[in-house]
Amino acid sequence: MNWTQLLTDIAAIIAVSAPLIIATMGIYLSERAGVINLSVDGSMLLAGMTGFAVAYTTNSVVLGFVAAALVGGLIAALIAYLGVSLRISQTAIGFVLALLCTDLSSFLGNPYVQQTGPAVPAWSIPGLTTIPVLGQLLFSHDAVIYLSLTLVPLIAWWMMRTRSGLIVRGLGERPDALFARGIDVIRWRYVMVIIGGVLIGLAGAAYTLDLKQGWTYRHMAGTGWIALAIVIFGAWRPWRILLGCYFFAALQTMASRLQDNSWQIPTQVLQVAPFVVMILVLAVVNSLGAPELQRWINRLPTPLRRMIRFLTSPAPAALGQPFIQQ
Amino acid sequence: MHVSIQQLNKSFGPVRANQDITIAFAAGQIHGILGENGAGKSTLMKLLSGVYKPDSGQIFINGNAVTLGTPRLAVQIGIGMVGQDPLDVPVFSVLENIACGLQMPSDADIRQQIMHWSTTLGFPLHPDQRMRDLTVGQRQQVEIVRLLIAGSHVLILDEPTTGITAAQVAALFAALKTIVATGKTVLFVTHKLDEIEVLCNTVTVLRAGQLVGTQLAMPISKEAMLTAMFGEFLTHPQVPAKPIPTDAPRWQLSDTMLQDTTFVLGPLNLSLPKGMIIGLAGLEGSGQRVFMHHLAGTAHPDRGHVHFNGQPLTRANPLVAWLPADRLHEGIIGAMSLSEHVQLLRDSLLAANQNATEKTAQLIVDYAIKATPDMPLQQLSGGNQQRAMLALIPESAQGILLEHPTRGLDTVSAMAIWQRLQVRRDNGATVLFFSADLSEIMQYSDAVLVFFGGQVSRLLARDSLSEEALAALIGGVGFAEVSA
Repeated sequence: MNWTQLLTDIAAIIAVSAPLIIATMGIYLSERAGVINLSVDGSMLLAGMTGFAVAYTTNSVVLGFVAAALVGGLIAALIAYLGVSLRISQTAIGFVLALLCTDLSSFLGNPYVQQTGPAVPAWSIPGLTTIPVLGQLLFSHDAVIYLSLTLVPLIAWWMMRTRSGLIVRGLGERPDALFARGIDVIRWRYVMVIIGGVLIGLAGAAYTLDLKQGWTYRHMAGTGWIALAIVIFGAWRPWRILLGCYFFAALQTMASRLQDNSWQIPTQVLQVAPFVVMILVLAVVNSLGAPELQRWINRLPTPLRRMIRFLTSPAPAALGQPFIQQ
Repeated sequence: MHVSIQQLNKSFGPVRANQDITIAFAAGQIHGILGENGAGKSTLMKLLSGVYKPDSGQIFINGNAVTLGTPRLAVQIGIGMVGQDPLDVPVFSVLENIACGLQMPSDADIRQQIMHWSTTLGFPLHPDQRMRDLTVGQRQQVEIVRLLIAGSHVLILDEPTTGITAAQVAALFAALKTIVATGKTVLFVTHKLDEIEVLCNTVTVLRAGQLVGTQLAMPISKEAMLTAMFGEFLTHPQVPAKPIPTDAPRWQLSDTMLQDTTFVLGPLNLSLPKGMIIGLAGLEGSGQRVFMHHLAGTAHPDRGHVHFNGQPLTRANPLVAWLPADRLHEGIIGAMSLSEHVQLLRDSLLAANQNATEKTAQLIVDYAIKATPDMPLQQLSGGNQQRAMLALIPESAQGILLEHPTRGLDTVSAMAIWQRLQVRRDNGATVLFFSADLSEIMQYSDAVLVFFGGQVSRLLARDSLSEEALAALIGGVGFAEVSA
């Protein structure tokens, strides 16, 4: 493999992972506050379809993104109402909405199938593109990709370094404790779920208006589920989630490169392979946290043990549990 | 800050938890709130700290009527509560836990204030420790420091000495005296008379939701406080200890090493005879829990065997009953009723439920459980849950393992539980229990095992011990002479 090819591949990975990063950050914000938004896959499809339809009709990419964000936010608001206020099982709500939104996107999106619409324009950052290597890797993309690059550091800083981030982390761990400190748990959870939903909506439009332009039946079905899995793989830590996104994007890039290489592997296998590998990795990483293995892990040398601990940090303790005010 | 309450009422369904409570708390003092379980102490404190909304009545702060009813308002006014299970976030550091919910001051200031209060109050806290690594006593200290930094004027402590070490109790009492010296008010909820005696300036007694003694200035005799609490005077009858029998043992450990992820115990050589009540004495976390796990057959020794009735114990044995301290998580199924629990114990999956209903009704009478057969157990009070767990021990049980059998129970409930356990013992069961309360061990055990430094003493006849001698052994003084 030559140098230019490697650079092209890495740039491709950064581009492919952009919508995934935006979606996982949305899931991360919601789950850190203790609420599971399991509708991600359907949300992304419906928001992506709406975004494309609006952009196609108005010929404005910006309006397309606004519409997608609204759709994602509205679905999230519904989840917050049903799951946080009415305390219905978040898993059940999420599943039903995922299926509903998927079908709705196919039904409503019918007129837009295979149409050519506006797309996010490329936007090289003047001056920075001339930097060798980094210029091509980081600064010759478009706004969506720049957003994905800035989102993780921003959210990581906010969550770990600010008082409001501290509250959000507390919400997912022990809402009673925050309630006793005078914090309105319900309102905070609404806000976080809706912000998360907005990001998930934007991720949908990032596909239909940028990465995989246009609309087809179940345009990028499956990525929402993978995004949920990546947040688990990332153990609810932003930088590890980013790593997971790049890992999955690398698998996808590799798969599409293998298609060019006239190997004897059917295309369908290559398309599905990244999903399978990702789930296998997730299963292996998660099983390291099993109590049966703890005794064995405790006997390993400290650096190795630390690494396993790092990989197996637990979910927010109150994730998916409704808060009941006394 | 001067806090007074007028005509406060709170009911839960038909139960009037607080009736016409009128009381005033002067600043700069420690006020004891005394009462048996279910007297309404916790309800009153939850009303003050905004967790519950009162049905009627008013609260006055410095003479001004205020509406409470949310913790947010209580926090603004400056009333804070330290619960029995401190409300902190396990994954947070001490600093994060204190900063969470506060807009001011900055992290650097909070860090400095933690150090300041740690020194002033004698709490060995560090801002960067993780909450999950702290003991209950230390978490309580963090809560107190948190409330002080948040600017609370009134600190409510609900049964704060439950589950903490003697040294932590001493530190807590000294700290509370320091705190009230600065003009703050402390409300100290307890059912332990000794604590009221040594700590409080006044005592208020609640019985069945009503005030029976308001703002009585200390000192008051224990007899007078007991009379106020129960309406009658109770004494602890001294139960004679049974001599240690020498026939075939119930449990036998020979050169056995016990281990879990955090603790190694042994090697142990012990015979635990039939038909005895054996108290496990030792500081909390000295291996009592590991020991019980192995006797229950839910953990397996690293080396050697645990024999039960002469057979090696390889898995949980139906003849051994274990009542864990964490009732709702490990002991009972909160959402299920007593009669459903009775059905769970039955041998046949198809047996008629009719018998279960009769049997449940009988158990409710025998064990004086305040519940209907169909009430989910999570709705019962702690004392009633404990009695229910006890009632569910099958008649056939030959080994009974108990963690803190009477923790948080009032004297009458505790005596009732011990009477039932003595009947079990007389029928041949071996009862093992651990308790943080030495006088309970001295009062009810026939023999004692002392846990210290990863070792267990030989079986000591209770009559050979005094409470002072036992306390010394727990601290390791003279332990070498009694170790097995």
